[in-house]
Amino acid sequence: MFGGRRTHRQSYDGVVVAAPVTVPYERYSIRSAQWWIGRALAEILGRCGLRKADVDGFSVASFTMGPDSAAGLTQHFGISPRWLDQTPFGGASGIIALRRAARAVQSKDADFVICIAGDTNSIHSFRQMLPKFTRFTQDAVYPYGGAGPNGSFAMLTDHYMRRFGARREDFGKLCIAQRENARRFPHALIRKPLSMDDYLSARPIASPLALFDCVMPCAGAEAFVVTRHDVAASLKLPAARLLATIERHNAFTEDPIQSRGGWAMDSDELWAMAGITSDDVDFVQTYDDYPVISMMQFEDFGFCAKGEGPDFVRQHSFTTDGSFPHNTSGGQLSGGQAGAAGGSLGLVEAIRQVTGQPIGATVAGARVGLVSGFGMINYDRGISSSAAILAGLAT
Amino acid sequence: MTPRLQKPRHKSPVERTQQLPLLPSGRSRTAQGLTAAAARGEFALQVCRQCHTVQYPPRDVCSDCPSIDLVWQLVDDRGTLIAATDIAISNEVYFRERAPWRTGIVTMDCGPAVLAHLHRECRPECRVKLTLKLDRLGQGVMVALPIEDTVNMADDPLLREHSCDPKFRRMLITDGDSPVAQALAAKALQAGAELVLVGVANNWRPSAAREALGTMEGVELVPLDVTDYRSVEDLADQIGARVDILVNTAEYVRPGGSSHGRDMQRIRESMDVNYFGLARLAQCFGPAMRGRAADRANSACAWVNLLSVYALANLAPFGTFSESKAAAYSLSHALRGEMQSHGIRVINIFPGPIDDEWHQTLPAPKVAPSAVASAIIKALQDGVEDVYVGDIARDLFARWRDDPKALEREGAM
Repeated sequence: MFGGRRTHRQSYDGVVVAAPVTVPYERYSIRSAQWWIGRALAEILGRCGLRKADVDGFSVASFTMGPDSAAGLTQHFGISPRWLDQTPFGGASGIIALRRAARAVQSKDADFVICIAGDTNSIHSFRQMLPKFTRFTQDAVYPYGGAGPNGSFAMLTDHYMRRFGARREDFGKLCIAQRENARRFPHALIRKPLSMDDYLSARPIASPLALFDCVMPCAGAEAFVVTRHDVAASLKLPAARLLATIERHNAFTEDPIQSRGGWAMDSDELWAMAGITSDDVDFVQTYDDYPVISMMQFEDFGFCAKGEGPDFVRQHSFTTDGSFPHNTSGGQLSGGQAGAAGGSLGLVEAIRQVTGQPIGATVAGARVGLVSGFGMINYDRGISSSAAILAGLAT
Repeated sequence: MTPRLQKPRHKSPVERTQQLPLLPSGRSRTAQGLTAAAARGEFALQVCRQCHTVQYPPRDVCSDCPSIDLVWQLVDDRGTLIAATDIAISNEVYFRERAPWRTGIVTMDCGPAVLAHLHRECRPECRVKLTLKLDRLGQGVMVALPIEDTVNMADDPLLREHSCDPKFRRMLITDGDSPVAQALAAKALQAGAELVLVGVANNWRPSAAREALGTMEGVELVPLDVTDYRSVEDLADQIGARVDILVNTAEYVRPGGSSHGRDMQRIRESMDVNYFGLARLAQCFGPAMRGRAADRANSACAWVNLLSVYALANLAPFGTFSESKAAAYSLSHALRGEMQSHGIRVINIFPGPIDDEWHQTLPAPKVAPSAVASAIIKALQDGVEDVYVGDIARDLFARWRDDPKALEREGAM
């Protein structure tokens, strides 16, 4: 929107996403972020049959690679890209990296961009990151109980439950379905069966949240390649088309507490750009560090109206063979949250599903998928939201 | 209704004294405005001078218009609690030990949403009032309270943690001859203090106040002369581990300035009591109090200095007195730095001229000793850090904040 007029957005014609890589997660690691990102780079080069000298564009997201920036990594890794990016948007980073890289390859500023998100996790690193996460966190959040994101999402969940009548069982249903999906995904860190009793009687963390509502921080990396159709074909890479993307920061400042994300502001544009409706997607990968935010996304993307999330959950099943396949690799809640890689987990899984190369369970006939990102609890809410729609080449 | 605080049981001498874990204390410079307001017991937020939007969290650019012209001012403290959580698992030892720790989001009538610590009687969807309190390490934090005072409200662990309430605590008043001491001992006992120890120097001068103190139930006279290091040290060895609140009332008040007559004796004695006396107390009592800052519900919690508003600007007829109080004022800042990081609050009381024998010739208004005593008790209960007692003190502080140079020229009357 400029001067009151929304300008027409160019399509992503010719842009494809390929080479989905998940470096298997570990709860704690004695390695650095550089090691995890480097391991993802090696894996993706091997997958594409390329050498370091071929690295053309490079994009990275990480909380724990400090004091390095993307520039420092190029020397450490011995690569010489002509296009370099870094996306410091937490869980929104993966899709934001994708949409920037898409325009770069479309305009031929680069032909081939490797996007990696990765973090390490030592015993104390998560706890040490929290007090200085952002300025508002430092001044106005962390001193209030030192609970990190658990405390922030506890309050959003408390408010959402009272306002829209969600029950703990509704959130439990999402968590249990994701665990079912994770049981068939070998890289998921938590694969033990989860019953509703287990969920409801779990150790309290910050009311109304209990243990299985909260992601587990871990070490790991996710990576993918953004390129043009012709380049992917020459490398013989199975690839997915990029139909549409959105990103938004600090939306709906008038809401006294977050009951919708920035997606609600932009999802109409997302569907219009993709030329499809919410009925046309075969699966959805929501950003899911806490189940309440998945429920809000069902509403914000228009699968149901605002406030109908709890009913929507009661009416659907969310396993890969369910009526609404959701977080098909187990999501972060069962897979673990490898820092910024959490923002690429769903994207990488979506590429696997629409290109027919799943590691875990397949969504039968999956051609089109929606994937979202959400990042940066700055003060009282998540600030950054993003989403993309991918489709298999055959469609 | 808050459950009534029970008197802490007697502690076995072999039990380990619980230590105060660190609290998150990193803040931006701008956020120190919250601490400044909390130290005075005020509720102030930044307000944009251009568009009048009330701001929170503290920021450098208006949340609404492009202005950077934000000023701290008193604002309406009321709001509605719209979300709450009981934190069972914290990343910080302090909160873990005190779990469940209750926090929530309050939408304020004046605009912003504020994440605050919650008094146990604050319920979601209900009206609350916000206050700014100093936490155990001296940082200003938001605390939401029920909109009307409730029964035993101050006994809530949260308020207990963010105040220095004398209830069930033991207080040492360093000089029983001070006109403030008698009223203070009585009011401390009324406020629920367990025991009031009152220091008396080996003084040939008879004192009716001292005699009256000796007959009060709950008061124990102890030998203490702040001008004698041995005396201070001996008493600290005996009772240092039993002092939860120390109030230094020892002061030497005489008229006269630095160039009045050839009277170095007066200058030396002023410093000996008003400055060195405080230094001796800090040396001998500081370490023991720091070690007991988390010693159950009646932990050591506060160090109170009876200063004078003339520590800020010299009152010429009492020049030497003002100078020695300025020295003590400076010492109090160093002491605050050393004590607050261990959980002991240093409270400075700045009265105007006290209505006593040495201020006889000064015109009204003067502050009654009992008013100073009340101000000390209230400062402890509210958990504030700086208190200006009486009209003169408040007037002088306002002039000092406005322009110290102008105050210097117009004179501190």
